[in-house]
Amino acid sequence: MTVSLRRDAPRSRSGRLLQRIRKGGLPYLFLLPALLLELLVHFVPMIFGILISFKQLTLFFIRNWTGAPWAGLGNYRLVVDVHGAIGSALLHSFVVTCAFTVLAVGLSWLFGTVAAILTQDSFRGRGALRTIFLTPFALPVYASVIIWAFMFQYNNGLVNELLHNVLGITSRPSFWLIGHNSFFALVIISIWRNWPFAFLCVMAGLQGIPRDLYEASAIDGAGIWQQIRRITMPSLRAVNQVLVLVLFLWTFNDFTTPFVLFGASAPSPADVVSIHIYNASFINWNFGEGSAMSVLMLIFLLLVTAVYLLGTSRRRNNA
Amino acid sequence: MPSGLGAGAARRAGPRRRGRGRGRGRGRGLMAPPPSFIWTRRIVLTLLTLFALIPVYVMVSSSLKPLQDVTSTFRWIPDPLTLSAYHDIWFTVPLGRYFLNSLIVSTSAAAASVAVAIFAAYAVSRYGFRGKRIFTTAVLATQMFPGILFALPLFLIFVSIGNATGIPLYGSRGGLIITYLTFSLPFAIWMLTSYFESVPRALDEAALVDGCGPVRALFRVVIPAALPGIIAVTIYAFMTAWGEVLFASVMTNNTTRTLAVGLADYSTQNNVYWNQIMAASLVVSVPVVAGFLLMQRYLVAGLTSGAVK
Amino acid sequence: MRIIRVSAVAAAAAAVLALAACGGGTATGGSGGGNTKSTTLTYWASNQGATLQTDYSVLNPQLAKFKQQTGITVKVQVIGWADLLNRILAATTSGQGPDVVNIGNTWSASLQATGAFLPFNGSNFAQVGGESKFLTSAVGSTGAAGQPPAAVPIYSLAYALYYNKAMFAAAGIASPPATWSDLVADGKKLTHGGNYGLAVEGASIPENIHNVFILSKQMGGSFFDSAGNPTFTTPQNVAAVQQWVNFMATDHIVNPGDAQYDQNQSLSDFAKGKAGMLLWQAAGTALKADGMAAGAYGVAPVPVESGTPSSSNPDSMVAGINMAVFKDSKNQAAALKFVNFMTSQSESVKLNGEYGSIPPITSALTASPAANQEQTVLRNVLSTSAVAMPQVPKESQFETVVGTAVKNLFADAASGKPVSAATVKAQLSSAQQQMQG
Repeated sequence: MTVSLRRDAPRSRSGRLLQRIRKGGLPYLFLLPALLLELLVHFVPMIFGILISFKQLTLFFIRNWTGAPWAGLGNYRLVVDVHGAIGSALLHSFVVTCAFTVLAVGLSWLFGTVAAILTQDSFRGRGALRTIFLTPFALPVYASVIIWAFMFQYNNGLVNELLHNVLGITSRPSFWLIGHNSFFALVIISIWRNWPFAFLCVMAGLQGIPRDLYEASAIDGAGIWQQIRRITMPSLRAVNQVLVLVLFLWTFNDFTTPFVLFGASAPSPADVVSIHIYNASFINWNFGEGSAMSVLMLIFLLLVTAVYLLGTSRRRNNA
Repeated sequence: MPSGLGAGAARRAGPRRRGRGRGRGRGRGLMAPPPSFIWTRRIVLTLLTLFALIPVYVMVSSSLKPLQDVTSTFRWIPDPLTLSAYHDIWFTVPLGRYFLNSLIVSTSAAAASVAVAIFAAYAVSRYGFRGKRIFTTAVLATQMFPGILFALPLFLIFVSIGNATGIPLYGSRGGLIITYLTFSLPFAIWMLTSYFESVPRALDEAALVDGCGPVRALFRVVIPAALPGIIAVTIYAFMTAWGEVLFASVMTNNTTRTLAVGLADYSTQNNVYWNQIMAASLVVSVPVVAGFLLMQRYLVAGLTSGAVK
Repeated sequence: MRIIRVSAVAAAAAAVLALAACGGGTATGGSGGGNTKSTTLTYWASNQGATLQTDYSVLNPQLAKFKQQTGITVKVQVIGWADLLNRILAATTSGQGPDVVNIGNTWSASLQATGAFLPFNGSNFAQVGGESKFLTSAVGSTGAAGQPPAAVPIYSLAYALYYNKAMFAAAGIASPPATWSDLVADGKKLTHGGNYGLAVEGASIPENIHNVFILSKQMGGSFFDSAGNPTFTTPQNVAAVQQWVNFMATDHIVNPGDAQYDQNQSLSDFAKGKAGMLLWQAAGTALKADGMAAGAYGVAPVPVESGTPSSSNPDSMVAGINMAVFKDSKNQAAALKFVNFMTSQSESVKLNGEYGSIPPITSALTASPAANQEQTVLRNVLSTSAVAMPQVPKESQFETVVGTAVKNLFADAASGKPVSAATVKAQLSSAQQQMQG
């Protein structure tokens, strides 16, 4: 990661000093636009958000938000108090979110990777399949979630029709949007929306694997399954490292899917954290409390990401 | 290990030809896959196709139903069939305007995001410099803060900038473009970095030896080699902007409203036009899916040189 | 190289486009001129008609008339319900908003607490016609008691019982139920062969909260004490919630499938004759869209526990839309003029007539006869027996937490779990604790 590019051939038309400045400054110049945009849209609002978490920014103060009184750790005390209603609900919802994220990310990644590997070789209809697999990604979220909500209806939904009437797997129709199944409904919709992205990334990653690696192993007598295990999967490690992290953060913070599916009140088994933060912030207009929740989640995600990056980078370096 | 110089020389010999990737380049080739593989492929791909398409089918069939049939008993084939929703969508809601807004916002945000990310990723993958680790980590950290929360601060910042400079970021497409391009930027940088890393350094070193500047090396060697990754990231950046709801709901007005939130206008105080929501979603998805189709050929292109590693 | 050049050009074009697009829309038209002759007002209208386009075609001629009378131009933006509250939030925090805005009347107390709206104190209220111009029940839903209203009513609605005439006739029921025990008895007669007595929107927060609120009122209960503190677990509230959920759990007159409904499916079930009764606010236009002829259903007041409906034995909450003026408006005088115009007798008759709502203007009610049976019932309910939802700043949070509790209880009922008073109390108690934040 830290090897500098050596440039042995000096260019005649620029002076040595100028060149040294350019050489040292160039990467920063390349980063500048990204840095400025990140500062404007992410960092400053984020710091703003962290400040708000120490403020009592309730509906009584939002009009004159600069004058909102400080709350000290009050907001945090409220949201971490697991014996209180808000804290215990948040803890429950945190556990739900973790379970939801692990399942949804794992399966999205699995579906995407399997699909990408299976469509690596060309065969008839491959182009059509690739487009089909990307279709869920192209449909507007709002309509996609609504259509899944239709499919999960108790009386008239396709899912119950299929499971109960056609295949006869369940003895009676099930509720999908309330009770325990609501968790799985959320997971299924999340997978459906996200696996095309995993597919896309892995497919692009596969293009970078040189063909002669396969040729060499084929000459050594490796079968296709062995090739997938020994060549394809290890070569995808760099892409996977980012992909899984992307999916994880996306899914953990996903707000649109649960919100369109359940509205401002998700059933308890599918009550993810983003809905809590939304309720505190945009329904109750208590931005201090919502920010405190967000900051806690931020700290959690930072920790997870740090551990994940350390773990995966070591594995990559060892490999 | 064959020398990188050779690859560079081969590259210099002429512009890359696109067609070559298809016939012989990628894929495992050589041996015909065993039947176990073929059958796994058939079964798994069929199941995945069903998973991807059944909701799309339900959308299509719902869009062909008269409104009162949409929520009634499920039927695989709607009866009666009507195309009226496809006519009505244009009059219930200014769909054309929303669509145009979405297209402008998403395309600009995606193009700008990828352009900015390419340079940043190039710096990260090819240079050692102080603060690199901080930069990459900080960029990633921005993805951890829930959008729900910084929606309001960002909005206030935009309003303040507007008050101070007269540039109307709030309510304009420009504000939305800046927001969305920044949303996709962190992952775009990270993913492009990892795609760039998979491009052998020998290639751009050779270009530098040949007298190209770093920017030319980037454009002539690295970008073409990482094209599938760039395309994937472009699609990602486009879709991020295409589907975003919360910021669009706060930061647009009736003239700049995007589709993602505009579709909700089909659901009104007294009526929800389900069939029109579905028809409108399908209609607006057609150009996007067509775009995917066009992009595909670049997705399967990529490195053609077989002798780099 | 061709591809690269194309993408570079595209990126450059995008940058240009982005800059050009910055001029795309301006936030507000408040130019702040002291002379009302050249004043332009921005008005955020809520969606009332069948589509947003309908709203424009209803409002624009009226705005033209207003311009003719006063010289004041009004630019209207119709904002869908999905966005309206967030847009008001944005306008409140930034001070960049419209001059005049429509709000859901249950938001009045919350928005009043923010201080974003011009209070209708003595002189401001007088400029829009004074309190006596408006229907008393509707004025009850314009902000906390003892404070000047934050808004004035413009469109009003109330709940009614809709019943399927053919199904009632087939079951031998002569007249719509007047008490809840009658409703259960009739419901049982209607429930057979896959059809049910009553359709409810079991997963919908507003529908749940409105209905249990009224049931509790009929038992003399209240969700807040006079100091504005939550009292969710009083015996009346527990009994009210239990009664509402028991229509499914023990009376079995509601299809268990209704527990998942929150996309107006109960309305379409009723329209298709799968349920004999429905409690709804002015369902007429929606039923028509769902294919039910106006003659196929009857409309009656919502039942009560006993006795007859009155303001102390209410059978509906006061539903409707209020109109407010932003304090940040630079054209307050013109804005008040506009509010006065929109709530004038002739405009009220016209606009409410278009939207099928009830004019909350006393003179408009007397000046225009009810258009049909539905209107007659709704007007009567609104004038005599409707009460406002709690006027507390945390009203929306109250709706969310209690509505969710009811939704959870419906989920239990649907899966066959018993809904005892203790379960209800536990849910309400946890809801109440969440209000502390």
